[in-house]
Amino acid sequence: MQRIPTFSKGGVHPDDRKVYSRSAAIERLPMPSELIVALSQHLGAPAKALKAKGDTVMKGEKIGEASGFISSDVHSPVSGSIKEIRKVTLANSVQCDAFVIVPDEVQPADPEETVDWQSLDGSELLSSIKDMGIVGMGGATFPAHVKFSIPKDKKVDSFVVNGVECEPYLTADYRIMLEKGEQALEGAMIVAKIVKAERVIVGVEMNKPDCIDHLKEIVKEKGYPIEIVGLKMKYPQGDEKQLLKAILNREIPSGKLPLDVGAVVSNIGTCNAIYEAIVLKKSLYERVISVTGECIANPKNVLAPVGTKMSDLLDFCGGFSKEPEKLISGGPMMGFSFFDTETPMTKGSSGLLALGAQKKYRSTACLNCGRCVAACPIALMPAKLYRYISNGEYEEAMNTSLMDCKECGCCAYVCPAHLPLVHTMKTGKKLGRKKK
Amino acid sequence: MNIVMAIIVVAVLGGIFGFGLSFAEKRLAVKKDPKVLALEPIMPGINCGVCGYAGCAAYAAAVALGEAPIGLCSPGGPDLVAKMAEIMGEKVDASGETRRKVAHVMCRGNVEVSSKGYEYEGLEDCNAAFLLFGGDYSCKTACLHLGSCIKVCPTDAISRDAEGYIIVDEQKCISCEKCVQICPTGVMHMIYEDSEYAIECNSHEPGGKVRKVCTVGCIGCKICENKYPESGCSVDKFLATFDQTSPHSQIADAAEACPTKCIIKR
Repeated sequence: MQRIPTFSKGGVHPDDRKVYSRSAAIERLPMPSELIVALSQHLGAPAKALKAKGDTVMKGEKIGEASGFISSDVHSPVSGSIKEIRKVTLANSVQCDAFVIVPDEVQPADPEETVDWQSLDGSELLSSIKDMGIVGMGGATFPAHVKFSIPKDKKVDSFVVNGVECEPYLTADYRIMLEKGEQALEGAMIVAKIVKAERVIVGVEMNKPDCIDHLKEIVKEKGYPIEIVGLKMKYPQGDEKQLLKAILNREIPSGKLPLDVGAVVSNIGTCNAIYEAIVLKKSLYERVISVTGECIANPKNVLAPVGTKMSDLLDFCGGFSKEPEKLISGGPMMGFSFFDTETPMTKGSSGLLALGAQKKYRSTACLNCGRCVAACPIALMPAKLYRYISNGEYEEAMNTSLMDCKECGCCAYVCPAHLPLVHTMKTGKKLGRKKK
Repeated sequence: MNIVMAIIVVAVLGGIFGFGLSFAEKRLAVKKDPKVLALEPIMPGINCGVCGYAGCAAYAAAVALGEAPIGLCSPGGPDLVAKMAEIMGEKVDASGETRRKVAHVMCRGNVEVSSKGYEYEGLEDCNAAFLLFGGDYSCKTACLHLGSCIKVCPTDAISRDAEGYIIVDEQKCISCEKCVQICPTGVMHMIYEDSEYAIECNSHEPGGKVRKVCTVGCIGCKICENKYPESGCSVDKFLATFDQTSPHSQIADAAEACPTKCIIKR
């Protein structure tokens, strides 16, 4: 029997709960009355505002310019006027300036002409990715043009597309693969040309067999040199380290990037955005977000402009069916819980979850059972780190590879003492950096 | 007979080792810098680490070698600076600060008078709570009452009172400022110990915004500054501060007139 690939160390098996929104086709959100477009929708330095209060903006016009090496442009999702520039707090607690844009009643139609990307060379493609403000859409929002700029001394042989979507509840990538699979795979081919990769591999978890079949059909029809690989379900397979281990059996050393082992990893949603940016000349100003959870009346996958307030998304999905205990932006394992429904979504918002009341457990002392060590996909010792951090020994924690922790949540998920391990790691990282 | 042999053997061995040890003490002794020897006993000896060295002995050694300046030790205060300068043969400017400073929480907010954005259920640590939208209070410069300062205080000077407020025992406080460094919201301030009053608010937000989230915060109305010029209060960026050294005969009246009663007699 053929072995189904997955990563080897650690990982957990949460209930996938994708049933709420998996059968809901992507729907376009009716134009909201107001958009809050934040200037820090990516990892790195916030963009610099190019417009002022009272200015009018066009759909797709650049309104924020990248202000550093790791930074990205921001575009207006609508034609309209800027009501004000104000400080906002995003769902991940980042504070930044944001444009409040009131859309015009009549919006211009999307241009129909397409660009033949085959005629462009790698650097032209890369610069248009930069101009279109593409960032990683899995949630980390790392600027795509930085990721795809391969240093001269590095060589990339494989481009791995992440269609895993291992977070429970989320179905945005699933719907993209089913409905926009052609676009996404063509986007993957564009990236492969930029990074000069010989192999293009798409990894999809086995809980999405229809996606695997659909993508395989497209590949056969179009004759793309793309491999579609079904992966065994395990969280956090969508992390680039785990994905490379599962697909290519390569391990990324501590503090290194996939580039160092000759691979580039990108999300399937990003590939779709790249296709739209290059071929349809559409900058990244809208994305698919799953609005789901037990407390949402009609869970949906919504194509919404960036900057849509969470309250508009909730209204579109029929509001709450019962009072939610927790609102989460992103997935339940790595997402951020937030409380203000006026918070805007960003380029990295893959989900909006409203979860019901759960049984509450009191944290007890660490039992030294070692389950967190077994669950950690990068072989850290969360219990040891927890002890160091709660005793204020941040330097020791940093020396015990605290900075390698990617806050995937496996340790806290399995902890029988219900210790808030991930929260501790985040606190320790912050204080450890401050000390240094 | 056996017992006599045993006594003789032990006595001879003891004599040899004793001689060896006394020889080693005299001849192989490591010479310590007399300055270090003089400095070590006058240090406060609490090893708080505020000077940036591993402890009092390490700092004394660094000073003796000339690697560290005198005056990094805040628990020691001006007395220690004078003593250290005498030992090191340096002249220090004696006109400097001689008033002792103590830590003080500049916030009277609590669950009843301040509004909360959400219910925090995480780790009992202020820095952990601060990661989530700067804490559960709507005021982002408030005391979070989770007690990170209590944990870092080397002399156990900080505790919680019956109402849950963080209080500082000013007798025990050694002005090491560890609590000031750990506090994520910056609500812990160093104030002069002899100040009779303190304005217990840390919010530089305009009055309207403070009013929305808290009923005991300074709204920057300037009544203390304008109506009572002799109150010793001055308002900067919507937050009043009290200065004991300026004329302050009217401070009791100003405290009475303060609309949010945030001028507190200590």
